[in-house]
Amino acid sequence: MALIKFLKPKNQLEEGGRTSAPVQRDDGEPEKNCPNCHKDIPISRLWANDLVCPCGYHFRVKARQRIQMITDKDSFYEMYSGLKSDNPLNFPGYKNKIKTVRKASGEEEAVICGVATIGRKKCCLFVMEPYFMMGSMGSAVGEKITALFEYGIEQRLPVIGFTVSGGARMQEGLLSLMQMAKTSAAVKRHSDAGLLYIAVLTDPTTGGVSASFAMEADIILAEPGATVGFAGARVIEQTTRKSLPKGFQKSEFVLEHGFIDSIVPRTGQKRYLAELLKLHDGRAIL
Amino acid sequence: MKDAAYERVKLARDNHRPTGLDYIKNIFQGFMEFHGDRCYSDDPAIVGGIATLGKNPVTVIAIEKGHTAKERSYRNFGAPHPEGYRKALRLMKQAEKFGRPIICFIDTSGAYCGVGAEERGQGQAIAENLMEMSTLCVPVISILIGEGGSGGALALAVADRVWMLQNAVYSVISPEGCASILWKDSGKAETAAASLKLTAEDAKSLGVIERILSEKELGKKEFYDRIRTLLVKEIKTLTNDFDLVGNRYNRFRSLGVSAVVKE
Ligand SMILES: [Zn+2]
Repeated sequence: MALIKFLKPKNQLEEGGRTSAPVQRDDGEPEKNCPNCHKDIPISRLWANDLVCPCGYHFRVKARQRIQMITDKDSFYEMYSGLKSDNPLNFPGYKNKIKTVRKASGEEEAVICGVATIGRKKCCLFVMEPYFMMGSMGSAVGEKITALFEYGIEQRLPVIGFTVSGGARMQEGLLSLMQMAKTSAAVKRHSDAGLLYIAVLTDPTTGGVSASFAMEADIILAEPGATVGFAGARVIEQTTRKSLPKGFQKSEFVLEHGFIDSIVPRTGQKRYLAELLKLHDGRAIL
Repeated sequence: MKDAAYERVKLARDNHRPTGLDYIKNIFQGFMEFHGDRCYSDDPAIVGGIATLGKNPVTVIAIEKGHTAKERSYRNFGAPHPEGYRKALRLMKQAEKFGRPIICFIDTSGAYCGVGAEERGQGQAIAENLMEMSTLCVPVISILIGEGGSGGALALAVADRVWMLQNAVYSVISPEGCASILWKDSGKAETAAASLKLTAEDAKSLGVIERILSEKELGKKEFYDRIRTLLVKEIKTLTNDFDLVGNRYNRFRSLGVSAVVKE
């Protein structure tokens, strides 16, 4: 597997999680330029529309903002919040890097876990953080997600997971690779217990995460235009020396090839998930 | 020390090392190869089938790199497509049905990076193996014989016992890839190799593998006999494990726990 580093950020929102220097309009309202339609959109308008441009472009969103968008008001209860990766291999530069990332993102790790209600239905929820090393999966991310599935089994709760990841965290070496197996085993146990798991793949879901829990859900949804794939597009181009097909590794492309159940725009996700939870509420008794 | 790790990488990649099929031919008797994933095609990068180990039938699966230039190209240099992983899983499920232990030999720089592999769900194929292997109710032993390249290797290594040849390597990313991402310089592969802790000794001290296999008389009869004896013994132990699946879960469940700190 080629682990890829995420190519250049596609928009300024991706840098550090804060809106970096938006353009100021004459009347004082800050604006964002949309990389898709190239229009300047007032920030307030983007916020009112879950960070989706009127043209349909989905801006990247911080995990905590996403939790607010998806869950019933004040229903989210965070779990395992204190858990974070140490530097198990004493990997050069990792300690400083992670310190900087923690400071800039305001998060301890690349995933937030907990329980919440969506449409008044209770579920376990994990949301990966794009502003924390692009959702890179290290030992703590694996541990938190595994623990959440185990909690789901214990409490007989469904799990909903929003994925965003460049893959395994190479600074934790083999231990990060092992998180793929560890989380997969937990997903399997949860599944064998007859419980529902829904994954929502957001931009980007690649590498080790796409080869483990992102692709193991009963129902796999994705945001429009999200990059979903195992190997990085650039690596594939270098390996094969061929140009890539149009729309390669975009969620629409992956859906067409049969690996995603449905593409659900962000503004409709809460209702969609609530409906799915409702339909799976209480198992059929034959 | 720095060079030592990268020396291992070079040794692990050496064309003259025994490949998967050499192990199958020399350790087992009467190997019968089965082809195809029943979905799309037969991936020559992964070989699988039934054989006899000692007195008992086993399912054997190996990633095969090939020796000659022609063989290597036919085997896609041991870089499997999704079909390969799906064939492997099909054979593992078959083994489970008939109560046969499973032995996997792993030697890959990684799952193949290509358009077709992506279109046919490389990530999904690996994910499915990780998930399904975690609950196989027959003993599974995986041996890394050369390169253990990331998810493409792990997809055959969710096992009760994972062993490594003395000069095999097991890593989340190739040292070259790591160096070019982190330091924008693939020339720093030696530093990366040392930092990634990818040698057999490293893997053992991290708890990722149980045993390091000596390369004394590598490729000779004595070498294969020694591995056969170890396999027979270990399978006997695993067959008597009444909580095989539970113990396999705990084996992977514990990995990385000590790398996590609490606020
Ligand atoms: Zn737009």
